[in-house]
Amino acid sequence: MRMRGELPHWVDVGLIPLINLAVALIVSGLVVLIIGENPFEAMWIMIEGSLGSLKGWGYMLYYATNFVFTGLAVAVAFHAGLFNIGGEGQAYMAGVGAATVGLGLEWLPWPILLPLAIFASMAMGAFWAWIPGVLQARRGSHIVITTIMFNFIAASLVGYLINYWFRPVGKMAVESREITGAYILSAREVAREFFGVRIASSPLNFSVFLALIAAWAVWYLLWRTRLGYEIRALGANPAAAVYAGIRPDRIIIIAMTISGALAGLMAVNEILGVQHRLLLGYVGGAGFVGIAVALMGRSHPVGIMLAAMLFGLLYQGGSELSFARPGINRDMVVVIQGLVILFMGALEYAFRPALSALLYPLGGEANR
Amino acid sequence: MTPAIELLRIDKRFGSVHANKDVSLAIAPGSIHGIIGENGAGKSTLMSILFGFYQADSGEIRVKGRPVRIRSSSDAIAHGIGMVHQHFMLVEPFTVLENVVLGAEGGLLIGPALARARAELTRLARDYELEVDPDAVAGELPVGLQQRVEILKALFRGAETLILDEPTGVLTPDEARHLFRILRTLKDQGKTVILITHKLREIMAITDRVSVMRRGELVATRGTKATTVEELAELMVGRHVLLRVEKGPSRPGETVLEVRNLTWKDGKGIARVDNVSFSVRKGEILGIAGVSGNGQSELLDVIAGIARPASGQVIFEGKDIGILGDPRHVRAEGLAHVPEDRQHRGLIGSFDAAESAILGWHHLDPLGKGFRLDRGKVVARARALMEEFDVRPPDPLLRSSKFSGGNQQKLIIAREITSNPDLLIVGQPTRGVDIGAIEYIHKRIIQLRDEGKAVLLVSVELDEIRSLSDRILVMFAGRVMGERGPGADERELGLLMAGVAKDAA
Repeated sequence: MRMRGELPHWVDVGLIPLINLAVALIVSGLVVLIIGENPFEAMWIMIEGSLGSLKGWGYMLYYATNFVFTGLAVAVAFHAGLFNIGGEGQAYMAGVGAATVGLGLEWLPWPILLPLAIFASMAMGAFWAWIPGVLQARRGSHIVITTIMFNFIAASLVGYLINYWFRPVGKMAVESREITGAYILSAREVAREFFGVRIASSPLNFSVFLALIAAWAVWYLLWRTRLGYEIRALGANPAAAVYAGIRPDRIIIIAMTISGALAGLMAVNEILGVQHRLLLGYVGGAGFVGIAVALMGRSHPVGIMLAAMLFGLLYQGGSELSFARPGINRDMVVVIQGLVILFMGALEYAFRPALSALLYPLGGEANR
Repeated sequence: MTPAIELLRIDKRFGSVHANKDVSLAIAPGSIHGIIGENGAGKSTLMSILFGFYQADSGEIRVKGRPVRIRSSSDAIAHGIGMVHQHFMLVEPFTVLENVVLGAEGGLLIGPALARARAELTRLARDYELEVDPDAVAGELPVGLQQRVEILKALFRGAETLILDEPTGVLTPDEARHLFRILRTLKDQGKTVILITHKLREIMAITDRVSVMRRGELVATRGTKATTVEELAELMVGRHVLLRVEKGPSRPGETVLEVRNLTWKDGKGIARVDNVSFSVRKGEILGIAGVSGNGQSELLDVIAGIARPASGQVIFEGKDIGILGDPRHVRAEGLAHVPEDRQHRGLIGSFDAAESAILGWHHLDPLGKGFRLDRGKVVARARALMEEFDVRPPDPLLRSSKFSGGNQQKLIIAREITSNPDLLIVGQPTRGVDIGAIEYIHKRIIQLRDEGKAVLLVSVELDEIRSLSDRILVMFAGRVMGERGPGADERELGLLMAGVAKDAA
């Protein structure tokens, strides 16, 4: 029996996100209008800037790669009933892993070094999520509180490490020296080296395939393995999970560890694929965007990939916009992104009741 | 005489489910009107429409002959309709008085409302035998009194018509009798009562008229005096049903489960299971009777490995499984468990039926190699279970929450029985389950016994305990009050359930 407020699947995963997005864009348009710019033009610049050229696409997909990783991280924890908002800190810590292996073991040949560096990224991210997981499972410390606090700890800790450990003596910039061994080729380099084609420069690199693999792996884990079954069972109905002999403490720790490892992959794209050095604040909010991406993507890998591309578009289009229209500065772009997050995430269900009423006209006496 | 409530040609669809088909019903003022039907027959939907939770697709509601629109529960209350839900809606830390006032405070300050409510409660208590201490904390009251608070809430809001949804499900026979007395008083004072139930005996005992619903249709309305239990049962299911369970004598074998001096304490250190000892043998059904909340649930949890005993032993086929405290290991030893609360434990509402049908057994080898879970095998297994146990609709991909209570329960029983257990422990196998499914579930439990398996049955339905069990234990306040044979006198069992014992100290 369909309860009130329960909608068909396609409405839930398709129509509602689209409506939310449309409303977010309309409100953004109003904000743009208020500061005296043309919202349609602004919108066009954003779309043109991200989808209008190969370079735009490159940037869009590069941003999307980050968001897929952090979005998947949020989704895995979410399926276990956990709200991991520490993706930011986990990804940041993962950079330490990548840089330590990439610099410390640089005498190794790259086919060995690169997987090791990727593994180290995942391990550090996993470790940074494992601690809140253990605290939740064994001590009942709320995961939301601990993961958010761990973001701050990570920020301070990584800052310290870069300054006092990684920064070469005499170098002014707060960053490590260049990682040359564990190096992921960018799309541009691949095109030039292997195909002799010159394409516009963009940070897009091989990590984008890693994102595809990760998305598939998360799908497989959640829906085709016993562990995934246990994770979803715990998240959907903890009492039933306990009845079934699923140990919540164990699953909480495992799910958080996997979640942290996924967030850690973001460092692979950013540190090994683009920056080739460990630098301050390189996560840049991608961990938080992951929350919006996971919410919008309904915690499903396919949805997450689509949502990640949308946010990639907003990021890339947004920076183009701030170039093209000095009146709309970078902060304005953040406002637009914030509105999208607000409507997609926080107000996710704001339009459900109205939609429910619209699709299932409730008449009763009123129909006469 | 103008009916108190009139429903005219009410029609309601939920997607493809036609929950109410052209239902017309008139309820005479100052009467007790029963509505019976199997689960999923549409009686709750109909009452939800009357109380404003849903709105009908078409049709009309009249209150005292006047057409009204009821679009929310506050509309319903404004028209003098009150409802007592099956699951109480009380704020447990609040006092009775605060609960009664809740939502009807009418002002910035709570003081005047409370004073008014206190005076009103005194009057209601006097008029309707509804005594409750206004300053008691709602959550600490026994279930029967909590229900009384719910009735008071409705009356305080000026209800002329009171809808009660399965009101006796959680009550002791004594509390139920008191409730019926209250309902009669309400009726004598001119109130109208609508009683939703699937217990035929209650219908016969208390109602003036009774309407039978079947598959969304109102199939008959009868004067209670002019009908019989058999006729109503037949109308409900559309065929003749056996109300007594057919079973041969038991042939008990060796002991499978032995519980010795088992004690379990809750978080506050109170012994909810208190020094309980008993044994279950192969080929018999041991029934544990008792009013709900007397330690039966906790006892089941300890045996199933969900809770660890404070002291004592649970010996299953020679092994102490109490110390394992792990449901998975307990299952591996050959024990299957149909939990009391199927919605919250037995299955996962958001999972499809196929996934709910492996809950607890999802680690077994035939479902895939190693860490893999073979989706094809999971679905095929569910399809086979659904076929064998007649779960409707037989669609393994349908969400578990979309099945009716009876079919959910059949799916759970199927899952547990097909694990071929040496001992099946069953809690409330037929709570909220329709008659057709009850009959089937009982048959399967007896079949299991006849195959030489042991069954431990916990139920608050005395009829169920009496008709299924080969031996009956009665629990009260965590202790076993005594053991009786299946032919035990109902009054005697009732006394034991109330804690009055001749043979136990």
